[in-house]
Amino acid sequence: MSSSVRSTLKENGFAWLLLLPSLVFLALFTLYPMWKTGKISFYQSDLATPIPTFTGWDNYSRMLDDSVFRQVIGNNLWFALATVPASILLGMVMAIFADKAIHAKSWVRVSFFYPNLIPMIAAANVWLFIYTPQYGLLSRITVWFNAEGMNLLGNPDTVMGALAFMMIWKEAGYFMIFYLAGLQNIPKDLYESANVDGVSRFVVFRRITFPLLMPTTLFVMIIALTNSFKLVDHLWIMTKGGPDNSSSLLLFYIFETAFSFYDQGMAGALTVVMIGILLILSCAQFFGLDKRIHYR
Amino acid sequence: MKDQSLPITVGAAESSVSSRQGFRFARRLRRESPAMLIGYGVMYLLAALWVIPLLWMVWAAFMPKSETLNGWSWNFTLENFAHVWQAAPFAQYYLNTLLIAGGVLAVQLVTVTLASFAFARLNFWGRDIIFVLFLVQLMIPADVLIFPNYHVIKELNLLDTKLGIMAPFFVSAFGVFLLRQMFKQLPAELEEAAVMEGCSKIGLLARIYVPLSIPVYVSFAVVSISHQWNNFLWPLIITNSVENRPLTVGLAIFAQSFETGAQWADVSAATLLVIAPLLVLFMIFQQRFINSFMHAGIK
Repeated sequence: MSSSVRSTLKENGFAWLLLLPSLVFLALFTLYPMWKTGKISFYQSDLATPIPTFTGWDNYSRMLDDSVFRQVIGNNLWFALATVPASILLGMVMAIFADKAIHAKSWVRVSFFYPNLIPMIAAANVWLFIYTPQYGLLSRITVWFNAEGMNLLGNPDTVMGALAFMMIWKEAGYFMIFYLAGLQNIPKDLYESANVDGVSRFVVFRRITFPLLMPTTLFVMIIALTNSFKLVDHLWIMTKGGPDNSSSLLLFYIFETAFSFYDQGMAGALTVVMIGILLILSCAQFFGLDKRIHYR
Repeated sequence: MKDQSLPITVGAAESSVSSRQGFRFARRLRRESPAMLIGYGVMYLLAALWVIPLLWMVWAAFMPKSETLNGWSWNFTLENFAHVWQAAPFAQYYLNTLLIAGGVLAVQLVTVTLASFAFARLNFWGRDIIFVLFLVQLMIPADVLIFPNYHVIKELNLLDTKLGIMAPFFVSAFGVFLLRQMFKQLPAELEEAAVMEGCSKIGLLARIYVPLSIPVYVSFAVVSISHQWNNFLWPLIITNSVENRPLTVGLAIFAQSFETGAQWADVSAATLLVIAPLLVLFMIFQQRFINSFMHAGIK
């Protein structure tokens, strides 16, 4: 009896010892910052008030009245809508093709995947030079068609479209990887029997491939949505959120509020919103994963 | 369907069977319907389109400066690279990125291994609660906590240090989930046999679990290094000096130091300098890379 208690105690002590280093870093850089950002969001703390003063929900009501905040949230939703479905669909088509390509299979995969591997900052440099008026690749091509030199990034109506296009280029290859994995999990005999029955390729896709890839699609969708809130590096190089905040995204706005405007309380409130959005997306994922198990 | 070819030997095998492949290619082409052929054509075009940004940058990087601005030319120069290498301390940035990515990975390997072993093989009080704490990091990664983490680093007096850049990434919930899964799959008989031989738990971990999980470690390392290599906003906030800036921040500051289009050749050359090692490694070990990301994604 006492020896079993001792061994339980020993196992517990050992386990906690193993977890200790991880828990220290987890507490310092995930849990404590979350608590801290929640706390500071109820204080006014900016250049005019060096000593933080408690102001309750003031930052939040200011945030809701802030037209820039509303625009940034709108931009982010718009950006998600423009990039997520397109890059997922493209990733799926790429995977099906890269899986079956007759020639140069590995080169096809490399050319689809390499944008994901290079830093966002590097991609932003490349695309800035593509979109640059007059000297950029796009302008040089449109000149052949006698079109007016256009400044996609300088125009509030086109800047989001141009950035969305770049993001699709960057991300589709990443999603292709998940679909390549998903395709390998589909039993081969399904295709063989469809082949024997002389079912057309399109029907095979619609009735076998697409539905069996559904769990992958759900998973990829959550990653894509999360990424549309997480990836903002390119804004620093390409637009700085402009013109007139028309390309700014939530995380970039947090960055500006905290480190350009020095409004700590507001940056805290904005971070709380960001955490809320990510939590909602994660809940959706667990819901989706549940479905995935039922599906099997 | 054809199975995946083996990683590194692909190139050699391909050339020796190319004639047979060509024959198979022709036979398959005849079997396909016209609609399918058009589909293939479109996809090869798309693959070509995807490479254009890279080619465009390579072209600009090797072009004499005066010629990047007007028209198309095929002159070739290495001058831009020489100029860039002198104009900004890229060697130092390279070293910084290597130190940061290597340091993060080294610490992660230790924390992740220990935590995964506890979750996979030990019974202890509060296991579920601790597990949820790790889940929180998976949902809310350090990348979005840049604002509060800046203050944490400030409180720790680590602003503008490499340690400050690395610290928030020292534990990876993602790595813990990946490795825990692997450890759980290892048969329990291994453990029993080892205990019979008088092996301690730590010995068991070091001599059996870790060596058997090397492929998972490789996947994790690829994902972790490429994350640190690409990280930008966080080091931008934290660093203020050449001694600590990683490549991405150095490149961005270099690119922003020009106002007009006259320096495109330099910016392209600098960008190419930053991405070349990753791209070359990727092309050599492409199967490995793709498998790593695939493996890491499925969980």
